[in-house]
Amino acid sequence: MEKTIIPIGPYHPLQEEPEFFLLTVEGEKVVDIDVHIGYNHRGIEKLSETKTFDQSTFLIERICGICSTSHPFAYTRAVEDIIPIEVPERAKYIRTIIAEGERIHSHLLWLGLAGHFLGYNTVYMWAWKLREEILDVMEILTGNRNNYAMFKPGGVRRDIKSEDIPVVIKKIDSIVSTLEMLKKAVIDDPVLHARTKGIGILSKEDAINYCALGPTARASGVARDLRKDSPYGAYDKVEWDMIVTHNGDVFDKVVVRVLETFESIKIIKNCLLNLPGGEIDANIKDIPPGEGIGFIEAPRGECFHYVKSDGTNRPVRHKVRAPTFMNLPTYKATVIGEDISDATIILAAIDPCYCCTERMTVCNTKRKKIYNGKDLIKLSREKTEILRNKMGVK
Amino acid sequence: MTREEVLDDLRKKFKDDIIEVFDKSPKRVYVEIRPDSIVQVASYIFKDLKARFNTASGVDLRYHMEILYHFLIEDINLLISLRVKLQKQKLEIDSLSPIFEGSSWIEREIHEILGINFRGHKDLRKLLLPDDWPEGVYPLRRDYKEWDKNVIRDRGV
Repeated sequence: MEKTIIPIGPYHPLQEEPEFFLLTVEGEKVVDIDVHIGYNHRGIEKLSETKTFDQSTFLIERICGICSTSHPFAYTRAVEDIIPIEVPERAKYIRTIIAEGERIHSHLLWLGLAGHFLGYNTVYMWAWKLREEILDVMEILTGNRNNYAMFKPGGVRRDIKSEDIPVVIKKIDSIVSTLEMLKKAVIDDPVLHARTKGIGILSKEDAINYCALGPTARASGVARDLRKDSPYGAYDKVEWDMIVTHNGDVFDKVVVRVLETFESIKIIKNCLLNLPGGEIDANIKDIPPGEGIGFIEAPRGECFHYVKSDGTNRPVRHKVRAPTFMNLPTYKATVIGEDISDATIILAAIDPCYCCTERMTVCNTKRKKIYNGKDLIKLSREKTEILRNKMGVK
Repeated sequence: MTREEVLDDLRKKFKDDIIEVFDKSPKRVYVEIRPDSIVQVASYIFKDLKARFNTASGVDLRYHMEILYHFLIEDINLLISLRVKLQKQKLEIDSLSPIFEGSSWIEREIHEILGINFRGHKDLRKLLLPDDWPEGVYPLRRDYKEWDKNVIRDRGV
């Protein structure tokens, strides 16, 4: 059969993380995939070696706009591991609150975009409207809607004012009912079931073999969450459940993320209500020579930082490993053998920077026909429409 | 298995392979091993101890290069970092990618930024650096010098 090469990427003005996918298809079936990354390689690890330990916190906050808490969180934990030092109780709670706020807005952002690609623009609008509320909460707590600049080695930079706490709790409570409605609309929708169930399955063995992380692994039945396995912050002091599903398809990844949002709300509320008093900063003076490792559960999985110090005020080596680095190679296990119209949502299901799906281009080498990203999303939406008509759902 | 059993087990099983065990804290252990034994030790930790491979990090030190392979055993919350020291004349080590897929990308990354060769890796293409990056220039080495002063202007940044 005639083989077609489909290049996807690497640049689109809407995207922050360019990636390039080369899909080889036979007819409608994907037979091979190759991923190229590095189009946005900014040399931050090298740059970090020229900054002091305090300055690095701001630098790595800018690795990603959506995970702007995960990287500083992992980095500060790595620096604290060198000394080693425990941060004050109150700082731990504040860190947890900020990290969970980030998880909620990141998961909602993903849910909205997933709906958009499947032709469910109502889900898109609702999810992003809710996300806006969370960003408002973050603004009340930190002063910023994104890039919160709350973290420093040894504690946090700003305190949470006690008069803000009731306002925030009221705002969070108001989100829950809308989120409940959104959850029902997404999880009980028959067309979405038909569209996402049994598609892009990542088996448990593959998840372990590829060392997949976060919701991608938990949807495949790997019951691992650093917040439970290696508790940090205040996660061992408040009650919450780990969400694990077992099918590993796109639908399960949606379910894990939606349900995790509820758990995050629970954690934030618990932390705010039980916020202990006291210092927020351990006032680190010197970093001794040595090595430190910090890892935390970011919205997309484990974020890993390794810092080596030689006793000066700058790191000798700073290694950053973002969760998508481990999750991206799982495409080899999930996309091959699937329809090209499903490729968009499978590539999106691990929650990479979303962009990838937006800048798809399909070119058929024989017939010289070129599709662009819009056409591929259209293809994906048409499939939903056909299913919808077939099932008689309006 | 508890933490102590795991460490005793490692010490006994790989008596000749382990050079030094540095027990840093209850959650962190650094084990220095001979470069030739990396495949046996790593596959034992990954397969038998059911650890997850976090990542590997390479660093160029004055007299040698060092790779740290980080493995997290979640059941006992212990991070084992296997330390491997490579002589600068012979920057070669066996690849872990035949054992588990998860190490494939990070080995490609270390290969291009530090110039360490991974024997047995099927696909050592460039991962992060641009395609026009010259051969033999490794950005994270100590002797790295900016090879193209116009690089920023030319890219139109």
